[in-house]
Amino acid sequence: MAERIGISSVNEAPPHVNELRRFFRVFLGRGLVMFGLVVTLIFLVLAIFAPQIAPYDPLERNLSEALQQPNAKHLLGTDAIGRDTLSRLIHGARISMIVGVLVVSIAGGFGVILGAIAGYFGGIVGAVIMRLMDTLMTIPMMILALAISALLGGGLKNVVIALGFALIPGYARLMAAQVLVAKETDYVLAEHAIGASNARILIRHIVPNCFSPILVLITMMMGTTILAEAGLSFIGIGITPPTPAWGSMVTDGRNYLLSNPMLSIAPGVAIMLLVFSFNMVGDGLRDALDPRLRGVI
Amino acid sequence: MLSYIIRRLIQSVIVFFLITLLVFLVMRLLPGDPIYMIMSRAASETATEMQLDKLRHQYGLDRPMMVQYFSWLGGVFHGDLGVSILTNTDIRQSLMKRLPVTLHLGVLALIISFLLGVPMGIIAAVRRGTWIDTVVTSLANIGITIPVFWLALVLMYLFALKLQWLPVFGYTSPFTDFWENTRQIIMPVFCFAITPVAGVARQTRSSMLDVMRQDYIRTAWSKGLRERGVIFKHGLKNGLIPVMVFLGLGLSAIVGGSVLIETVFAIPGMGRLAVEAMGNSDYPVIQGVILVFAVMVLLTNLLVDLSYGWLDPRVQYR
Repeated sequence: MAERIGISSVNEAPPHVNELRRFFRVFLGRGLVMFGLVVTLIFLVLAIFAPQIAPYDPLERNLSEALQQPNAKHLLGTDAIGRDTLSRLIHGARISMIVGVLVVSIAGGFGVILGAIAGYFGGIVGAVIMRLMDTLMTIPMMILALAISALLGGGLKNVVIALGFALIPGYARLMAAQVLVAKETDYVLAEHAIGASNARILIRHIVPNCFSPILVLITMMMGTTILAEAGLSFIGIGITPPTPAWGSMVTDGRNYLLSNPMLSIAPGVAIMLLVFSFNMVGDGLRDALDPRLRGVI
Repeated sequence: MLSYIIRRLIQSVIVFFLITLLVFLVMRLLPGDPIYMIMSRAASETATEMQLDKLRHQYGLDRPMMVQYFSWLGGVFHGDLGVSILTNTDIRQSLMKRLPVTLHLGVLALIISFLLGVPMGIIAAVRRGTWIDTVVTSLANIGITIPVFWLALVLMYLFALKLQWLPVFGYTSPFTDFWENTRQIIMPVFCFAITPVAGVARQTRSSMLDVMRQDYIRTAWSKGLRERGVIFKHGLKNGLIPVMVFLGLGLSAIVGGSVLIETVFAIPGMGRLAVEAMGNSDYPVIQGVILVFAVMVLLTNLLVDLSYGWLDPRVQYR
């Protein structure tokens, strides 16, 4: 703070550039956050360019090359029907990223809207929304997702619906708490004074001001979602075969633990790396955007 | 305090009714006639329309939805959760058989998570920025990111298949063979505990860091108390209050984990019951499992909130 008040401010760039610099200095300052960012970006590139990067077709069976140990031709070996593990891993990144992005958009979208309404208007509407969120939160996420998947069946679309629904309350609660604080601020009072409508105040002023915590939660939830999807696919009600999902790859490798442990170990390491990276990026974003959120998210 | 208790109780009752409504509606939102869920598959294929109507009447499915809900709810209050489609057995009885198994593992894991997590968090907070803080923080980060079902398989590979120190899977009642039971539950309990341990350690660390910045801690230092006195007498007493909240979250994590861990280790608990019911589309059983789990979490959260309000009176006025 001191340098802003100092005399040297004449030579300094405009304040918003400083803000941006401060953000990057804090965000990229920690080694683990850097690591997380790099790993996330690598997985993102793998996910986008999976067909170009993967050495083989992830669905191509080749029984004559089944259950190979890692070698020069198949860097991570092959599975029971001769599919290349590395290629399946790369395409699995694509599935995880797609599920993550879609789930976070659905849960975030509905959660932010419901939370903003509950926080801003309060009263009976707010109470009804918050009790509904309490109800959803009482049912453990895995069980709720399991029940919804059981009703709808497996497959990518239904996994996204199940997890998207199960994760709404987290966003709604955070948003409601943020809006509750924001609506008491002076700039909202000023908007009321010039006769702005509720919708305008909410959309133009309050929601943008609650952006930071939501962004942090979105990043953290990417990890949670990927972990949950892997769990659902692992017990066979998530992504359905033969689509290469990391969770179902761990299941497929179960019967070959002693002879080909890589089949189960490799996808597990990938899950852990990606989830860890998203959490680290989330941590870094939180510290850089708003350190007061520590303990809240 | 009294108004706070009453307010929280009313909230919990409302949430309880919403849970039952949700669980009831889930069954009705299913495509198709619920009658097919009550009778076995073989019987539904040969049944005539008249037999179906008779059954519908017998199960009250021809009555208005609200009436059906309240009669179902009345049954729930009497512990009547219906009959499994697949095995045609009383669901309450299979829940009574499965729940103790999950509770046995889950409660052990919760105890371990507090016994390990709290000291880890305290050390990390007190020695902030040193290597020990780095170790604890990294372990906690791994604990919340590791896929438990994968960890279960890796443990199984190492300790059961390679080293052959522990049985691969299974569950024997501790009353039948205590020693065998202990050997069987080591790996599952470890898997159940890892996420809550990490969560408790993180929560303790951040809450202790927060408390150690307070004025009363500075006062404690300045009146010449020893480090031990400051940390345990003044710091920990206040620092542990937010950690209690983790009891509810930890229970949620354990319940969610039971679905995965019990599947890997072939443990006949609630989680495996849920997965089995799912595979057979045995919806009444799924209903029962959700209801029991949700009520457990609801009651735990209520207890935590009430004791929180008692320990930290500021909470009551929020």
